[in-house]
Amino acid sequence: MSLKSFEPVIIAFCCHYCAYSAADLAGSARLQYPANIRIIRTPCTGRLEVDFFLKAFERGADGVIAAGCEEGSCHFKEGNLIAKRRVNSTRNLLAEIGLDKERLRMVNIGAADARKFANTIKEMVETVRKLGPAQAKNDKNPQEISS
Amino acid sequence: MIVAERKTIPELLNILHGYKKILVLGCGTCVTVCLAGGEREVSIISSALRIASRTKGLCLKVDELTIERQCDNIFIEQAAETIEKSDVVLSLGCGAGVQAIAERYVNKPVYAGLNTKFLGVLEERGVWTEKCAACGACVLHEFGGICPVTRCAKHMLNGPCGGSREERCEVRPDRPCAWQLIYKRLKDIGQLDRLSSVELPKDWSTSLNGGVRSIIREDHRI
Repeated sequence: MSLKSFEPVIIAFCCHYCAYSAADLAGSARLQYPANIRIIRTPCTGRLEVDFFLKAFERGADGVIAAGCEEGSCHFKEGNLIAKRRVNSTRNLLAEIGLDKERLRMVNIGAADARKFANTIKEMVETVRKLGPAQAKNDKNPQEISS
Repeated sequence: MIVAERKTIPELLNILHGYKKILVLGCGTCVTVCLAGGEREVSIISSALRIASRTKGLCLKVDELTIERQCDNIFIEQAAETIEKSDVVLSLGCGAGVQAIAERYVNKPVYAGLNTKFLGVLEERGVWTEKCAACGACVLHEFGGICPVTRCAKHMLNGPCGGSREERCEVRPDRPCAWQLIYKRLKDIGQLDRLSSVELPKDWSTSLNGGVRSIIREDHRI
């Protein structure tokens, strides 16, 4: 696959109370953003574990985003701060594995911030496109992410 | 509890070099509690090894299993079938667990995926500290329940050393001075007079100096 034709698959774990609403609003407002993302709604980014990120890569993701509430406004008080630490820890683990840290990113997006959501996705897709395919997908895994 | 920490992925890949079918074997006891080698960590390390295998073209097949206790034959036997199918076992148990598995499966290479660190407690979420050196002759009753052998950086039985500053250890300023803690504790329980007697040199033959230690309980033998 040439880099030119490479369309990255990005998994976006979006908090129900903010980033998911922002994604919804982006759609309502007809803001354009790349169709490379697969959104997974989570009750809070604090629910996300290191394993979730690694499994996403194993199942074919080229990049992963954890999108939580803005710091200080988590619906569950500090779930997004927990997520931030877990994302940082996983980024270090990715470096150990041999994947670029930039393939995993924590972002904070308010429920009304549709534009920030669209821009974040655009930036992430471009970053991962430059990095190329993650090549971490387990071919024998039947639960791979469909395009 | 026994506290351990995982080795880095490059270290693990180096240890596992040349093997294809790998079993990552977790332990459901101490290392689960200290978040180093339980079911969740087995899953994380296995995923990491699989991804590393693909990015580096190593073609590893990584299986996962966690048993209740790696240092107990009853539980070790439950892993027999899975261990037989693998080329190598990467044990996420403590040092005792790794050796127990290796002794039970004599023809199978068994390697440690963790560095076993110390006997300690969970101080706060994500922070573990050493509390016991397993010296084999406990002197906690003398020191108000605070172990100078473990918690004093100089292992002084007749402290303090005089180097502490603002109740902090001079060797490890991030840690409290054990002798300050001992003084406060003895004062609180009205036993300060214990400090007036000189503690005799400790008999270290009960510790690692006496070779491999074992306990034989005739009343429990069959």
